[in-house]
Amino acid sequence: MLKNEDSKPNHWLTAALLMPTTMWFVFMLILPLIVILIFSFGERAAVGGYAASFTFEQYANLPARLKAFQNTMIFAPIGTLLSLFMAYPLAYYLAMRVDRRYKFILLVLVIVPFWTSLLIRTYAWIFILGGRGIPLMLEWIGIEGVRLVNTPGAVMIGIVYGYLPLMVFPIFVSLEKIDKNLLEASNDLGGTPFKTFMQITLPLSMLGVATGCMLVFILLMGEFLIPAFLGGGKVFFIGNALVDLFLQSRNWPFGSAVSVTLVVIMLITVSLYMRLTMRTKTGRDESLM
Amino acid sequence: MSKINKENKPITSEKLMNEFHRYQKGSITRRHFLEVTGLGAAMTVLGTAMPSLLPRKAHAFGNLGNRLVFATWPNYHNQVNLDEFTKMTGVHLQMNAFGSNEEMLAKLQAGGTGWDVFVPTNYTITNYVNLGLIQPLDLSRLPNYDGSANDPMFAKPATVNGTVYCVPKNWGTTGFIVNTKKIKSSPKSWKDFFDVTMGAGSGHTIVHDYQLTTIGAALCALGYSFNSIDPNELAEAEALLIKSKPHLFAITSDYQPGMRSGDAWMSICWNGDATQLKNDLPEMDYVIATDGGEIWTDFYAIPKDAPHLDAAYAFINYLQDPYIQAREASVHGYAPTDSRAIALQPDSLGSDPILHPAAELMNGLEFGAAQTMTDPVRAEVIARFKSA
Repeated sequence: MLKNEDSKPNHWLTAALLMPTTMWFVFMLILPLIVILIFSFGERAAVGGYAASFTFEQYANLPARLKAFQNTMIFAPIGTLLSLFMAYPLAYYLAMRVDRRYKFILLVLVIVPFWTSLLIRTYAWIFILGGRGIPLMLEWIGIEGVRLVNTPGAVMIGIVYGYLPLMVFPIFVSLEKIDKNLLEASNDLGGTPFKTFMQITLPLSMLGVATGCMLVFILLMGEFLIPAFLGGGKVFFIGNALVDLFLQSRNWPFGSAVSVTLVVIMLITVSLYMRLTMRTKTGRDESLM
Repeated sequence: MSKINKENKPITSEKLMNEFHRYQKGSITRRHFLEVTGLGAAMTVLGTAMPSLLPRKAHAFGNLGNRLVFATWPNYHNQVNLDEFTKMTGVHLQMNAFGSNEEMLAKLQAGGTGWDVFVPTNYTITNYVNLGLIQPLDLSRLPNYDGSANDPMFAKPATVNGTVYCVPKNWGTTGFIVNTKKIKSSPKSWKDFFDVTMGAGSGHTIVHDYQLTTIGAALCALGYSFNSIDPNELAEAEALLIKSKPHLFAITSDYQPGMRSGDAWMSICWNGDATQLKNDLPEMDYVIATDGGEIWTDFYAIPKDAPHLDAAYAFINYLQDPYIQAREASVHGYAPTDSRAIALQPDSLGSDPILHPAAELMNGLEFGAAQTMTDPVRAEVIARFKSA
């Protein structure tokens, strides 16, 4: 082992700078996760809560929430893809096409919804999608009996609405950074706009796409507000099951087992996803050379 | 609005700086400065969010602090009363509305709620006492409360082992509401309720996100007790609920928006909500089911670790005033348990069928039983029904 004497003070500085983050992670993430893991092997106390025990009963009971797992595993990827398809053209327009003078204003407009809590904005959707909202307007033009609120479609609308800005920004940043000379070069060498997009713009923005997708997907896996409001309690995510287990039926051990399972599922899917996107990226890099 | 806005235009930055310099030099008072610049108004708005910014008032109520955290139910108070309390005492209310007693219990069990006053229902009180989550009341601090004015049938659960833990708020019934323009078959029982849900009214029924009433309704429809904790009976109730689930509009305790928009035609309903709905929409009919249901009393209680105890007593005492009780009821539509408040209400309310159902209908109703709250099977049945 080679040890550079000079790097020692730096070593201490690094440790000092990392200390707050480390403490935060230890006390706010790792310790709570350990508690959840311990709880998941316990039993529900007689009046609710946790009673110490060592049993796999909670894990054996997981199939009782199968539907919630299924819903989450269907809605999270589809919601991510829909957000991506909506966000990419918008990010592309903002980064590549729009006049510099308006760029800032348009970017602010994308952020404006964040000034109001998602809870209030989602509550507003109940009325927009409810019988006195869009369905009533559709009736005026002769389309009757449309039911929007408390359907899977309404939940999907809420998801795309809520998560779009989170997808737009990473993609926008990666598109913004692209050297415009590359696009000109492609054009000069006879590349069609489509070919230029597929071979230069898209590959160079993949990092933004991957980041945006990851951000949205991970948050969607834990989503509970949108299905609770726009699904009327009928479209049930694993997040809703957790809220229920901790805040209604007070079954902490079973809730912990569901949480642990969710974390494991997330770790597996996210690492598979990262491996996949990294491989694609290296593949593209090679083809670019 | 006060004089700040009398010219109806905001202050210019130039004028603001001028006034600020005058204030700095001491030629005007702080109060004048805040008034002319409009910053006083801004402080008032901010004060609601951050009461510590508010100037303290001297008043007859003594030092009650400036904040009170209050956990209650949706559509259950008259805003005029709440505002008046704040105006009189300088105590700002932070109100949280809940959909079930179990949700309140879950928060109290987890600890650190910061609640000063909350509104539990009769069947929960022995549980709260056994778990050490609420404190006995010092009735000498509630001069407006008159125990003898309350019908013991409603007030009894407040006393556990000879100690008074809470004072009654209102009593009521749990039945269902029907939009008669949409549903013509006039359902009379919980059995009818589920038949219509899975028949003519498919897609338009709401059941509560609340184990007591939703499981209770299914149990009554099957001919069992509203309070059953028999696992076999609960299994049948669960099967009925899961069978009806595809036909439901929603599972929520906040059912007024759905009923008002016309999306929902029928819902499990507390009678005060029924009064509120019928006042605006005459086609709404409240039904006390012939095969059973719930009769209940709600109470004011103070959690064990309430941070603003003086304000809590002042608030409960204020709300026990018969005049204030009557003014509450004029908005939320539930009957007071206090005969002094009833005496102040319009006579028509005494014969109102939603408030005071016929005796033969009342006979079938049950007070919720304490064990339904902690029973693990009931808790899991409602959770499975929702996640099915």
